[in-house]
Amino acid sequence: MASFKPTRIQTYPKLGEKVTEDTLYWKNYKPALQIKEFGAVTKIEFSPVPPHNYAVTASTRIHIYGPHSQEPTRSFTRFRDTAYGGSFRGDGKLLVAGSEDGIIRLFDIKSLGALRQFTGHSKAVHATTFLSDGFRVVSGSDDLSCRVWDVASSVELSSFTEHTDYIRAAAPSKLNPDLFVTGSYDHTVKVFDVRTGSSVMTMQHGHPVECVLLYPSDALLVSTGGRYVKIWDLLKGGQQLVSLKNHHKTVTCACLSSTGNKLLTGSLDRHVKVYNSSYKVVHNFDCAASILSLAVAPDDNMVAVGMTNGVLSVRHRKHKEEKETLTDRRRRGPVYRVNVKGKNFGPKQNDFLVNKAAKPHLQKHDKQLKNFEVSKALDSALQAWKRSSKPEVAVVVMMELNRRGTLKNALAGRDEASLARILDFLLKYITDPRFSRPLLTVGDIVLDLYQQVIPQSPVVERLLQRLLELLGREAELQQEFLQVLGILDTLFASLNLRKDVATLAAPPVAQGSQLQAA
Amino acid sequence: MTERLNRRRRNAQRPHVMFREAKNMVERSDIRVVRCGGSKINFRPPIISNDSRFVLCVSGDSVKVYSTRTEEWLHSLQGHTNQVTGIAFNPANHLQVYSCSADGTVKLWDFIDGILIKTFIIGSPLYALYVSKEHEGVIFLHLSTGTYNKNECFQLVSTQLPKSADQEVEAKELSAVSSHISPNPSCTAFGRGGEYIAFARNLQLDVYFFRKQKTYSFYLKATDKKGAKNAFTCIACNPTDDCIATGHEDGKIRLWRNFNHKKEYTYSTLHWHHNAVNTLCFTPEGTNLLSGGIESVLVKWQCGGGSKKDVLPRLGGSILHVSGSPDGQLFCVSHSDNKITVIEGNFKVSGLIQGLVTGDTVLTDLMIDPRSKALVLNGKPGHLQFYSLLRDKHLYNLDIVQQEYIYEAGLDQFEVVKAVFDVKGSWLATVEERGHESSDLEFFLKLWAFDETTQSFVLNTSISAAHTDRIISMCFSSSEETTMLVTTAEDSQFKAWCQDADADTQQDQNFWSCDFVGSYHNLKPTNCTFSADSSLLAVSFQEVVTIWSPDTWELLTTLCQPPGQIRDLCFGRLSCSKYLLGTTTKNLLCCWNLLTCALEWSTSLEVSKLQPDPLSENVAAFSYQSKHTDLFVFKPSEPLPLFTHEKVCSEKVHHAIFVPREEPLNGCDESCQWLNGSQLYFLTQNMDLLTFSMATEEDRMLSSSKRLVIDDSVAVTPFYLLLGKHRQQQKLNTPSHPAADKPQQKQGSVSIKELLHTPAHVLPAASVLCSMFVNSLLISNTGVREEMESSEQEMDCEKEEEDSEGEMETRDSQQELRAQGSVDEVTPKLSKAQERELKRVRKTDFSWMTGLIVSKP
Repeated sequence: MASFKPTRIQTYPKLGEKVTEDTLYWKNYKPALQIKEFGAVTKIEFSPVPPHNYAVTASTRIHIYGPHSQEPTRSFTRFRDTAYGGSFRGDGKLLVAGSEDGIIRLFDIKSLGALRQFTGHSKAVHATTFLSDGFRVVSGSDDLSCRVWDVASSVELSSFTEHTDYIRAAAPSKLNPDLFVTGSYDHTVKVFDVRTGSSVMTMQHGHPVECVLLYPSDALLVSTGGRYVKIWDLLKGGQQLVSLKNHHKTVTCACLSSTGNKLLTGSLDRHVKVYNSSYKVVHNFDCAASILSLAVAPDDNMVAVGMTNGVLSVRHRKHKEEKETLTDRRRRGPVYRVNVKGKNFGPKQNDFLVNKAAKPHLQKHDKQLKNFEVSKALDSALQAWKRSSKPEVAVVVMMELNRRGTLKNALAGRDEASLARILDFLLKYITDPRFSRPLLTVGDIVLDLYQQVIPQSPVVERLLQRLLELLGREAELQQEFLQVLGILDTLFASLNLRKDVATLAAPPVAQGSQLQAA
Repeated sequence: MTERLNRRRRNAQRPHVMFREAKNMVERSDIRVVRCGGSKINFRPPIISNDSRFVLCVSGDSVKVYSTRTEEWLHSLQGHTNQVTGIAFNPANHLQVYSCSADGTVKLWDFIDGILIKTFIIGSPLYALYVSKEHEGVIFLHLSTGTYNKNECFQLVSTQLPKSADQEVEAKELSAVSSHISPNPSCTAFGRGGEYIAFARNLQLDVYFFRKQKTYSFYLKATDKKGAKNAFTCIACNPTDDCIATGHEDGKIRLWRNFNHKKEYTYSTLHWHHNAVNTLCFTPEGTNLLSGGIESVLVKWQCGGGSKKDVLPRLGGSILHVSGSPDGQLFCVSHSDNKITVIEGNFKVSGLIQGLVTGDTVLTDLMIDPRSKALVLNGKPGHLQFYSLLRDKHLYNLDIVQQEYIYEAGLDQFEVVKAVFDVKGSWLATVEERGHESSDLEFFLKLWAFDETTQSFVLNTSISAAHTDRIISMCFSSSEETTMLVTTAEDSQFKAWCQDADADTQQDQNFWSCDFVGSYHNLKPTNCTFSADSSLLAVSFQEVVTIWSPDTWELLTTLCQPPGQIRDLCFGRLSCSKYLLGTTTKNLLCCWNLLTCALEWSTSLEVSKLQPDPLSENVAAFSYQSKHTDLFVFKPSEPLPLFTHEKVCSEKVHHAIFVPREEPLNGCDESCQWLNGSQLYFLTQNMDLLTFSMATEEDRMLSSSKRLVIDDSVAVTPFYLLLGKHRQQQKLNTPSHPAADKPQQKQGSVSIKELLHTPAHVLPAASVLCSMFVNSLLISNTGVREEMESSEQEMDCEKEEEDSEGEMETRDSQQELRAQGSVDEVTPKLSKAQERELKRVRKTDFSWMTGLIVSKP
């Protein structure tokens, strides 16, 4: 005796992006935490030492946040004008920042004291950073110069004036303390060597450069500007490796994730995109406003995004333990405290255990189909749709009833409420290409069955009126689609014609000669 | 394009081969057509032997005997020359069975040994057989009385079987019981103690009382108000009560009583079935009534309990017959899908006997599973069946549709219509279809991957709307590296399907998706086939054959040989791979050379099936002409056929398959060489599976079957197989000195028998028996140089003195086997000194010990 085969719910392929490991990885973040700053957040940087605090530069302040704090743990408010480019030293003890008034300030994180001021720039300094030895500071300014300062003596060591427009980006080399990269609005990216006193490499980005970024190995350089993200190979003398155009507004910031060196870019189009190692976009974060700054914590535990409306949004990574406890609780299910009699009885050591074959669990509609209760099966399938918004189940049950030749019986003899539910379902899904065929037969049968009694119920009449309108619109749409298809066909035909002739013309000649030879 | 075609057309007229004339040149050899199993076992009700050990059922022109416990096929009773139409146990001897056949004979068999006892020649075709305990030596038969008003009429006759010692007896004395009976044999039944016989026909129920020699007839109206259809479909009589149960077309069961009165008869109605009742059966005590119909539900009614009933649902296949064992412990239900279900008295299924399911049509072609070499075709609804032709055994069913099948007449349900394997057998593609009127056609294309761990096919991809119209044909590419599926459909397109090699989605499973859509002048494609190395794809569009390159999807060339659409298409193999063969509807068999793109030869032949042999260059063509089918086997490179066989059968052949042999035969006759590598099976329109068999092969088969008969005294159970193998080995071991073996065996077995067969309560104490038992195991020392202690020791010492006592070893090992069943292979080696010591120990008197043993309890 074969067991009852339950109706098989068809799974339809999901359109759109495919699920990869990368998307799963980047999806595994909690909902964003919103922190309001005083102005547009222009720079976020994580401290290189644990507990990886991060400095947020916004308006005239720099706030330091702890990894899990929503309030700033420290704040630097000594700026008279807008502060820019707050960045940590390699040991996480010092912080340097430029400002609109051209003064570069150096702070001690612990004591909050202002240790040094480097004065010399005549215009706003947007980019400041420590060189990798930690004793010198590089600054890029709107006065077209970029300077190197000595921390100990607060003396300007050298000045480079090769750029012809504002310098808005700077990045030090992590391996060589004398090398750094700057990006400027003159569409160029330059690599400077403090030892030679001039630029050693110049790359043409083609758009005002907003951000430059060096890979930890110093082999690759990322520059963003305009809608483009360009990757340069420094070991090949600054050859362009790839040019990415995935954003549709200016790309303002870029950073690297610490595991796997994935590149992340943020743009004024309010998206953060994550690229894999072959520079394909694998994930996309959406934000509420245009993005100015972006940073990823070491170990990818946090993604912080700063926006033009002064909102700092921080996403924390979901931790594995939390996830497990959640599922554990779910799996355990409710604990029965009544009628425990006999339930806690387990087999003893020498007992011979006779296993009873587990009864396969049947869905409610399947149970009713098994007993040939067709109307009830349809009802419970529609309830399942109401409960969990799964139209597939209801459609599959309708198809099954149609196959059994009992769809008419199941639809007949309904009152106003249950008929309205069926019509609701039809209204929602009859134009869905996955379901339209079975649902059209359902609609036909409903009309056949109830056409005499429709005027008695205004509710049903209104629903049918809506169904009529919907189908009319759909028919028009289909017609338009067909017209477009026709246009496209003629286009394709005209494209293919030449090739066709070429391929088809060749064989007859060859065959003709063969025939003659034969 | 048309110009090119015309040119080819003109050119193609040239070579023309005369196949039919050529056939005289090849003489018919010792190859003949044989039926090769797979015949129906559900034609007539199966019967269960008195001891419930055997089930007998009619199967083609033989009667098959199955074991009820193991469901194994034990042997078949062969001797009839036409369809066997009825079987019944001899009421006088429960070890004998009567069988009647359409060849006009009734045979009496000893069914346990499979021996034909007697043949009674009646003369005219027989359609059913009944026996009754009260009428000893008389059998009742269904005969045809010719046609009357275009319907065939049947009559029931009784015949006294003559008593004579001859093997063949003529029994011509027939006396008619009734001259108007239903052709359905389940519409006739014997009443309690054989007092009366009841038969139903259309709307009339007749009861004939033997003693009174009087017939009572009862009539029903054809329909009543509720639209009931009252025609009788089956009948059964209660064995202990005067009650007749009749089944009707609308699913009602009527229980008739008081039918020995013309007017005062009564009946009550039981109604559960919603389609015609196919069969009724009372249990031997008459307490329960079993009924079955199209719904495939066995219903057990309690007699006298009103409408109390038990149901056994979803048995698979509509129920055709139910029969019970004489002790009421077992029931056999035979189903429309060529299956017999064995059901225990407590209403639980205990076994299944499955035959080859061939329904009315074979929608999928015959196929061979490349892994198991099993024949594959659609079996029970929504399934593919795997059938081993070598063992004539059903292997398993693969559920393709995966839906609950509703057994109801007139429902349009999903059915597997196409299936195809790839070369290695790792992929299977199936098409299931519903709605044969194109208005609401639903079909699915499914791709199944072979799973090594479960050793079965697992659904990989299901494509719901592969084409916009019905799929006509499909084929896998035959290359080893990449698998590609090509489907052609009535929407005048063909599609190529490939497995997605998507690097981004790092999943284990790769699903299939459409790779290419092709069409040709909006013509309907009919056939598609890949060349042997998969470098070419041929798709036929009505009259035109198009050749494509599957790598670039470029149309390479077109071939055409009008008039007539292409019906069959296949590439040559091995050395003939440059040829493409095609048959058209206008009786033309064409062979194109693909190197010159020209017609090599053609012949006018009405080919109904073209089947290439996968292992050789040979191609078999079945041609239907003037009401019989001829077979031609040829190589595409040679214009003359290798082999022809006229009048293979009288129907058209649409399905044929070459089945690779397990081990190739080495050639005998030149004309038989095409059968060396593989065997050709074909299916006629009557759903008979036939094959060609050679004389040499038959000899071999015959000798093997004889050997089987000899040691078939025991039912073939797994235990028997184990033991039998052991025995055979022993036989092989001792072929040279059977005489020396015998007396020893006897002596040993006598004492052991005595020990084992005496009831335990009369046996003396074990201590007394012990020495006797051990003694019986020992070898008597007559004629042997040395006295041995025990068989184990002897085996060891024989390793030293092998040449002198070679015969002893086998003798003893056998004896020991009989005694304790298992032999410890590892026995300690004893030196000669130790042996002597042992002998000494044995000779010493241990009688004092028996005293101790006796005194203790």
